[in-house]
Amino acid sequence: MRTLRLPRSPKVLLGLGILTFFIIMTVIGPWLAPYNPSATNFLPNTGPSAHHWLGTTSLGQDIFSQLLVGARATMVVALLAGLVATALSMIIGVAAGYLGGYTDDGLSLLSNVFLAIPGLPLLIVIDSYLPVNSRSNAFVIGLVISLTGWAWGARVLRAQTMSLRNRDFVEAARIIGEKRWRIMLSEIAPNLLPVLASSLLFTVLYAIGAYVTLAYIGLTSTSVWNWGTILYWAQSNNAPLSNEWYWFVPPGICIALVGTGLALVNFGIDEFINPRLRAAGLTSKQRRTLGLPRRIRLGLTPVLRSARTPAVKTTNAPAASQ
Amino acid sequence: MRMIARRLGLYALTAWVAITVNFVLPRLMPGNPIQTLIGKLQGQVTPNEINAIKLSFGDVKGGFISDYVTYIGQLFHGNLGVSITLGAPVSSILRETVPWTVGLIGISTIISFCVGTFAGAMLGWMRGSRLDTLIPTATFFQAIPYFFLGTVMLLIFGSHLGWFPVLGAYSSNVTPGWNWAFVGSVVRYGELPVISIVLSSIAGWMLGMRNMMITMIGEDFVLMAVAKGLPRRKVIMHAARNAVLPSIANLSLAIGLVVSGALLVELVFNYPGVGDLLLQAVLNEDYPLIQGIFLVITLTVLCANLIADVVYLALDPRTRTEAAV
Repeated sequence: MRTLRLPRSPKVLLGLGILTFFIIMTVIGPWLAPYNPSATNFLPNTGPSAHHWLGTTSLGQDIFSQLLVGARATMVVALLAGLVATALSMIIGVAAGYLGGYTDDGLSLLSNVFLAIPGLPLLIVIDSYLPVNSRSNAFVIGLVISLTGWAWGARVLRAQTMSLRNRDFVEAARIIGEKRWRIMLSEIAPNLLPVLASSLLFTVLYAIGAYVTLAYIGLTSTSVWNWGTILYWAQSNNAPLSNEWYWFVPPGICIALVGTGLALVNFGIDEFINPRLRAAGLTSKQRRTLGLPRRIRLGLTPVLRSARTPAVKTTNAPAASQ
Repeated sequence: MRMIARRLGLYALTAWVAITVNFVLPRLMPGNPIQTLIGKLQGQVTPNEINAIKLSFGDVKGGFISDYVTYIGQLFHGNLGVSITLGAPVSSILRETVPWTVGLIGISTIISFCVGTFAGAMLGWMRGSRLDTLIPTATFFQAIPYFFLGTVMLLIFGSHLGWFPVLGAYSSNVTPGWNWAFVGSVVRYGELPVISIVLSSIAGWMLGMRNMMITMIGEDFVLMAVAKGLPRRKVIMHAARNAVLPSIANLSLAIGLVVSGALLVELVFNYPGVGDLLLQAVLNEDYPLIQGIFLVITLTVLCANLIADVVYLALDPRTRTEAAV
């Protein structure tokens, strides 16, 4: 079993740092918030000051408190949706890839259909029919988002499972008479770990985007604070056009930073899966200390630490393996 | 040809699923929105149209199956029901808005794909150079929600610096039609939305292309090209032509994502396309309009997918024999 060992590049460390920061914010944010985010007893439309670090809304609410409180709802829904969607895509992807035949045909067709339907409009249609009280329920929203976000992961995992299916260790398990679900669970699944992790990161990224977007167009309860609802109120009060940047820029930056963190960590996973990408990301100084040529132009990009992490070329960009 | 047939089958099935979702959802949900809707409509529509609404919401005693058949029959006649708030047939509303969306998103996607792929090829070729710092930057742009980047650009370049006109698709003092003043105005008003969509979506193409390029440069045929003494530009072209194939194969899948994001850009810029309409429909709980928009977006994306598939087929002879889905 290959454990996931992330390369310690600056990119990955930066990504991990950003994510840690926001995870801490998710946990303790609501306690740190100086005011009740819904309280309207301040002077409206003030810019940043010592009392209100990010100013107040046109209703006289403290924006900094909204940002801190909103972190939790945003992250919890994104994580929930990401986990459910990844679990779905693993079940469907591994089953399709390993069982083959009609099961594969059926499941692949299902995931292709979900890939072809544009996710956001589907999400909006489903969500607009939800009763208003379940729109404020993080669990329901998370499930609906995961329903539209599992297909890409399933496709990647299926391709990866198919390349593992005929390896010797799987064959050996089959010959000694292991049950199919056991082979899938304890032989194949552990080897999917890097792909699974990368798929989880992407799904969480998608889920944040989807949740914030739903909130932004007013499809989640506007009384539950998340980064999208802050943007919703900012937009509906014309903050962008009246220069109230402190109202709508901070939540956007937070969303973008979380996304960047996720993507940077994902680079690490990519470089773990495809070691050639790792050498490609070195600075010229690092390359000199490793005794590599100063400029790599042609031929194979050297694989670093090849003795410890075997290069499996087939696992490279999912795009290549369809 | 077999591949095209299979893809056509897939898209037909997807379209059917989308239609069925539209049909089943209102029936699954608790509560009875139909009576409230019809109440809102009193005096605005003919009894005939009320019947159509009832039909599309399942308030007819015909039973599930026969309702379904009638619903699909209506769709084939282009009847998407009547918008509750606008009081006009959904199909005629969409006929006015869809061209704006298709134009805006189509042009942005083409620009983004071409520029992103070219930049990705260069990044892959010059890997390890200073240009690699572009990658985290591009990732940051990719992580920003489309609508947020649009808002910030609107604020800075539109209302603050005044470089671009804001809000709408053309100036109010030109008459719509095929005249130079109008076309020029449309282009001018389209610049900022297009730039913001391109910025948001370019990183995906760039990174995918870079990673494929790095793998491709290791192949023997590239070494061979250098050994033959071909000029560098030709060698890059040689590798890039092969590296671009997965990007094109993914194009059909990415279109759905880009469309989802770009719809919101329209909203930010008050662009008279489907995205803006969708928001209004959602806010007013105009279910027939929401459903009609969903259906039209899905069908348009499927058409775009099919075009991308045909392009892929034309470029990669291998797919013509393999039955790759």
